[in-house]
Amino acid sequence: MTELITTDRPTAQLAVSVNGLEKNYGDFQAVRGIDLSIASGETFGFLGPNGAGKSTTISMLCTLVTPSGGNAQVAGFDVVRQRAEVRRNIGLVFQDTTLDGYLTAERNLRLHAELYGIPRGMVNDRLRQVLDMVGLWDRKDSKVSTFSGGMKRRLEIARGLMHSPRVLFLDEPTVGLDPQTRSSIWSYIRELKQAEDITIFLTTHYMDEAEYCDRIAIMDQGKIIALDTPEALKASIGKDRVQIHTDDDAAAIAALADQFGITATVAEGAVTFGVERGEAFIPKLFAEFPLPIRSVNVARPTLDDVFMSYTGSTIRDAETTVAQRGRDAMTMFRGGRR
Amino acid sequence: MTSTEVRLPVAKVRVPVRTRAGELRAIKIVWQRELIRFSSDRLRMLTSLTQPFLFLFVLGSGLSRLTQASTGGLSLRTFLYPGILAMAVMFTAMFSAASIVWDREFGFLREMLVAPVRRSSIVIGKCLGGATVATFQGILVIAIGGLAGVPYNATIIFSVFGIQLLLAFTITTFGVMMAARVKQMQSFMALTQMLVMPLFFLSGAMFPVSHLPAWLTVLNRIDPLTYAVDPIRRVVFNHLDISPAVRTSLDPGVTWGGWHVPTLLEVAIVAIMGLIMLGVAIAEFSKTE
Repeated sequence: MTELITTDRPTAQLAVSVNGLEKNYGDFQAVRGIDLSIASGETFGFLGPNGAGKSTTISMLCTLVTPSGGNAQVAGFDVVRQRAEVRRNIGLVFQDTTLDGYLTAERNLRLHAELYGIPRGMVNDRLRQVLDMVGLWDRKDSKVSTFSGGMKRRLEIARGLMHSPRVLFLDEPTVGLDPQTRSSIWSYIRELKQAEDITIFLTTHYMDEAEYCDRIAIMDQGKIIALDTPEALKASIGKDRVQIHTDDDAAAIAALADQFGITATVAEGAVTFGVERGEAFIPKLFAEFPLPIRSVNVARPTLDDVFMSYTGSTIRDAETTVAQRGRDAMTMFRGGRR
Repeated sequence: MTSTEVRLPVAKVRVPVRTRAGELRAIKIVWQRELIRFSSDRLRMLTSLTQPFLFLFVLGSGLSRLTQASTGGLSLRTFLYPGILAMAVMFTAMFSAASIVWDREFGFLREMLVAPVRRSSIVIGKCLGGATVATFQGILVIAIGGLAGVPYNATIIFSVFGIQLLLAFTITTFGVMMAARVKQMQSFMALTQMLVMPLFFLSGAMFPVSHLPAWLTVLNRIDPLTYAVDPIRRVVFNHLDISPAVRTSLDPGVTWGGWHVPTLLEVAIVAIMGLIMLGVAIAEFSKTE
């Protein structure tokens, strides 16, 4: 019976609902049919290398880009047919700053309040509240152009919250920030979760940040290839990650396959593979492996490993490939114009 | 420091559904932002001051040594004045419109475009803002009219103010329409140079528009700026104490195949062009990828 009740009223409960969403740019398929359901109050992480289609997906959910196929509802409103309603119910923090550097922090927020039609009587209270939340109240009269990268990001988060959105979209909220600022941004986000009843949808390519999410989706080449809680995803691999450095990687991979029946790949410059109970496997490896091993490293599963087991490369390698693809495309383009 | 310790109750904001009042509020804030930006930019205010002075007094005084005989005793500065006014307004308006390109480059345009208001409100606010800033410039040139031999007279001041306000709006919508398509500042500036100078030179700001070679007559008649310069000149010349012969030679009025285009129609042309371009600009900005 309880099953029935929860499934009976899905749209009212869901903050974000996505069905077969697609986006093509000419021949290039940026997003290739994704499905998602995000419950109200959830912190949902979108994980993947640059160029995986995360930002395009967010842009579609925020009504900035029209989907080529499929449909999506945010806060119960359709992102194509009810753009204004969607916009009213979402807050946005983009990868690149969208603040007016010539204006003060306070003016930026007041401008936002006017654009979003926040009732005049509430603006002062809300302004104080969001600026306090991100620790910028004492800087409200400073021009935004004098702010550091971390302060700007905090101000943008505050601005995104001004109109009490039901869903807050954060596109790479910590990219380009130093580790200390990154962690302070995260503590603001966690505080925010407690202060406001809000759903957070964020993208990141920092694996450690994905750990803060209730659920994460791993996206690669326009598709969602895994979707679960961070714990469940890590448990789904079940294996420890072993990396060995040898003088001949190809021979080492062959030897691992022959003698232990293990499929290994080269990642981050080392022969990498997963085994159960890694600490017990190492003595056996040293005893029976035919090649000299220069160093060895065993690690419990991390989200990096999850990413690797689903995509066959680490997120850093995947990014290199994307960058390389971009350069290749540029070369081809220039070649073609010559 | 007790103030920072105060924990305000969570002010739960409910953003109201889209209303006309909400759209007006959006228009107003976009307009206000243009004014704040302009008033905090001292350098821009200074440059907007120097340019008309340069044209009016350096060019006007210098060239008058050549033209004394043909202006029938009228100072060349007085003749050039309407054109210089139009030019000053035009440059400022284009510069204001360029701010939309800056906004795009610095990302702020996105903040405005994702707001739950009509795109038309954003575009209208931007155009009105640009027009207001350009009008400041116009007022400045009206204020120095005395130095160019233009009498201070309520009719002149009000009519000239009205025409230049309209011109400021139309040129801003033109610039905003361009900015919808031209996404880089460098290209926008290049385009401005390419379009504004010919518009200015063809408009009759620097010469009477009768007895021109046929090709120049055609170009002059299709230049929208012509229909802003000519009424300003007529208003000014109405209040000058000059002989009818000089009047006809210096202020012949715009003709279409021998028919004198009435002032009201000229002003209407400027207004209608502005509205058409506003429509195009709104359509351009309402598109999504």
